[in-house]
Amino acid sequence: MTTPSTVIDTNDTIAKRWRRATEEPAWIRITLITIALTFLTLFLVLPLTVVLYGAFERGIGVWYAAVSDPDALSAIRLTLLIVAIVVPLNTLFGVAAAWSIAKFEFRGKSILISLIDMPFAISPVVVGLIFVILFGSQGWLGPWLSAHDMRIIFAVPGIIIVIAFGTLPFIARELIPLMQQQGKEEEEASLTLGANGWKTFWYVTLPNIKWGLIYGIILCNARAMGEFGAVAVVSGRIRGETNTMPLHIEVLYNEYMFTAAFAVSSLLTGLALVTIAIKSAVEWNEERRQRIAAA
Amino acid sequence: MPVTLAKRRVIPGFGLTMGFTLLYMGLVFLIPVGAFLLYTTTMSWETFWNAISQRQVVASYKLSFGGSLIAATINLVFGGLVAWVLVRYKFPGKRMVDALVDLPFALPTAVAGIALVTLYASTGWVGQYLDIFGIRIAYTQLGVVIALTYIGLPFVVRTVQPVLEDLEAELEEASASLGADRLTTIRRVIFPALFPALLTGYALAFARALGEYGSVVFISGNLPFRTEITPLLIVAKAEQYDYHGAAAIGTVMLVAAFLMLLIINGLQWWASRRHG
Amino acid sequence: MSIEIDHVNKHFRDFVAVDNVSLTFRDGELTALLGPSGSGKTTLLRIIAGLEQPDTGRIRFHGEDTTDLHVSERGVGFVFQHYALFKHMTVFQNVAYGLTVRPRKTRPSKDEIKQKVMRLLELVQLDWTAHRYPHQLSGGQRQRIALARALAVEPKVLLLDEPFGALDAKVRAELRRWLRRLHDDIHVTSVFVTHDQEEALEVSDRVVVMNKGRVEQDGSPEDVYDHPANPFVYQFLGNVNLFHARVHDGIARIGDIQLPAPEFQGYKNEQGQAYVRPHEIEVFAGREHADALHAKIELVSVVGPTVRLELRTDNSEELIHAELTKHRFRALGLAQGGDAWIRPTYSRVFLPDERVSNG
Repeated sequence: MTTPSTVIDTNDTIAKRWRRATEEPAWIRITLITIALTFLTLFLVLPLTVVLYGAFERGIGVWYAAVSDPDALSAIRLTLLIVAIVVPLNTLFGVAAAWSIAKFEFRGKSILISLIDMPFAISPVVVGLIFVILFGSQGWLGPWLSAHDMRIIFAVPGIIIVIAFGTLPFIARELIPLMQQQGKEEEEASLTLGANGWKTFWYVTLPNIKWGLIYGIILCNARAMGEFGAVAVVSGRIRGETNTMPLHIEVLYNEYMFTAAFAVSSLLTGLALVTIAIKSAVEWNEERRQRIAAA
Repeated sequence: MPVTLAKRRVIPGFGLTMGFTLLYMGLVFLIPVGAFLLYTTTMSWETFWNAISQRQVVASYKLSFGGSLIAATINLVFGGLVAWVLVRYKFPGKRMVDALVDLPFALPTAVAGIALVTLYASTGWVGQYLDIFGIRIAYTQLGVVIALTYIGLPFVVRTVQPVLEDLEAELEEASASLGADRLTTIRRVIFPALFPALLTGYALAFARALGEYGSVVFISGNLPFRTEITPLLIVAKAEQYDYHGAAAIGTVMLVAAFLMLLIINGLQWWASRRHG
Repeated sequence: MSIEIDHVNKHFRDFVAVDNVSLTFRDGELTALLGPSGSGKTTLLRIIAGLEQPDTGRIRFHGEDTTDLHVSERGVGFVFQHYALFKHMTVFQNVAYGLTVRPRKTRPSKDEIKQKVMRLLELVQLDWTAHRYPHQLSGGQRQRIALARALAVEPKVLLLDEPFGALDAKVRAELRRWLRRLHDDIHVTSVFVTHDQEEALEVSDRVVVMNKGRVEQDGSPEDVYDHPANPFVYQFLGNVNLFHARVHDGIARIGDIQLPAPEFQGYKNEQGQAYVRPHEIEVFAGREHADALHAKIELVSVVGPTVRLELRTDNSEELIHAELTKHRFRALGLAQGGDAWIRPTYSRVFLPDERVSNG
């Protein structure tokens, strides 16, 4: 809608004095904004800045040396290997769970949704402990595992499973409300036009959930790479073998190698920033779509 | 003659997707959690009770629960304020600020931990100024609260924000047209509408803080009886192969988490009923 | 292709949506399923399409049992109330969808698809929208695209669920006339669901009135309107006045007024209710007929060329609604608050023990 600018001009003086029924006076607004921004600066902006400052304080060369150190590289490789396994599995799970929950009616649906949320509520440390007790050398299956020459705890499989546990809900949680809100009319339309289930999913459902799915995957990826508490319990911190990036950061920090710790941190921080940027983009896109749909 | 037909669903894939969902959940967490609880039951009650009632452990509960409660309260106040400011006011850079609220979600806790301790240590960017007034944050209980506040920050904001966005301006206009001043409108109309969401966000922030490990261990200094949180004790016991002790405390945490989940679900149910 | 519905039942938990319905839709006919919300009309349509499964009963297309055929193999065209257009596809892609998802063996070539889609878009007079997205179209245009998309797969039957329900009054009226003409051109067996009696009467060859999961009446639009089978149909199709009546030997009496009721030949002194439509009430300014009922005019409302009166007679609490032309109203010199004499010219009497049953 365009309002002729002359109308705005003549109303300008009134606009200065006139206040909407749903608005506070300017001085209150400014005070509240200032308090909110100060709070966010203290808790979000400064920590972010301190990481990036610490990483590059002594120049890009030192940063590069820290991230290309053999132990760092091996931590990066291990972390990438883990997400390459965990993220696809959780993606498959998220899509399957969202499809069954959003497109069908069945008893116990709300219980299932709550169960999917459960890993959020459990402390990462407890997640690690659960698997140590099951598979650790002194745990329930420990003797059997060592008899068969298998290791899960203090080895890569243990790290993979605790990370899968911790990040299991992320994609499902993005997709379930999205697919519920979209209903099933388009899928029904596709079926009446002769498409089978797979084609309906590929051509109709997937394009509709694309952005939510992408954000879910990115978030799951960031959380998987950054998982700390659970991994700290099961990994054993064997350098070059079971150290993931966050554990490597801890080791560096405890050895007073602050610049190196921040350098490796800066990689994960970059990933976090990309993640929230993608989330904003997805939301912005969705808002725009809704605005267009409403127009 | 009526013929009863076999139950069949029009949209395909229910069996496949539901089967995979349950299988995956079962393997990754339902069976492990069940087995863990079973393991706890193999302990004698005495062993269990001794493990969870040691003085050092009880001190950690006080810190973990108390600290989480304080942090969640801080988030309730400031998170509510941030949500209000983000929905209602315009200011430059608003979209970026809005996006940044999710940072504690996306930033690894270990990174947050070292960032917070660097910032709030007595030589840090913020700590050095507080030091002048004799306020110490790093390696004190205050530091634990700071870390728990950081980690719970998105929850209140993100639960309140959508409710505030959906709140019809007509309600406030009606209140104003009936003669209420702005403060009365906020107190009588807006606040009651936001209350369930505020409470849900509070519970979520509390639950998250309770189990937090990574962002706390760096700034807390982990002094026994003073700045040791419960998750830290679990890690310590697991590392010393005291599985009974770790499992007992872990069970307490797990039960607390289930209770919180139940409360949160109840709150969300209540909120949606109020909303719809 | 005819559609046969054979003793179909469907319930949702303890709600009976379709209650033992049997119907046949003849080849090439356009039928309206008319009823209030919750009458089971949409459920019946979705059962025909294969989007719902009946609890019991069979569906046959041209004698062939399709009850167990999946919706994707049933060959129906379904038009959804809210269009259900694929948001992320252009109009062209939407209409082409049913052809492009066919298995390679039966899929037409790209050129054939293109020709066919463009022909359909011309048919619905929207060929210029081919490269637009659904959100760039108006509601009426979207509904026409949804129709073109359904027709692209050359369905054996065309099913429309409240096709004009989401549109405003003017577009609605235009679109239903257009649908009537379209059906005259393509002659595919069509069933559409509506709760709007005017729409049903104007567009269809045949009207099936449903209530509480059952069929109340099944007939031509004239038949259903002029000879409602029972009180429900009478009240559902337009406004109606109720009078106490006595039936005796083929004559119905309302007060002193005698009206023919040939279907009650041989009945003796039965009490019943006479149903009289507002336009079937004659209004006079004076006592020209000895048997006319005296009434006070409580409200006069002028709606375009018609005048609606609300009248109160001496011995009834219910208001009587009458309708007459503005011309006649002026000629009579009637006014709000004044006296009038009324006289039903036609009525249909139902006795209290007559069950609402049919089909």
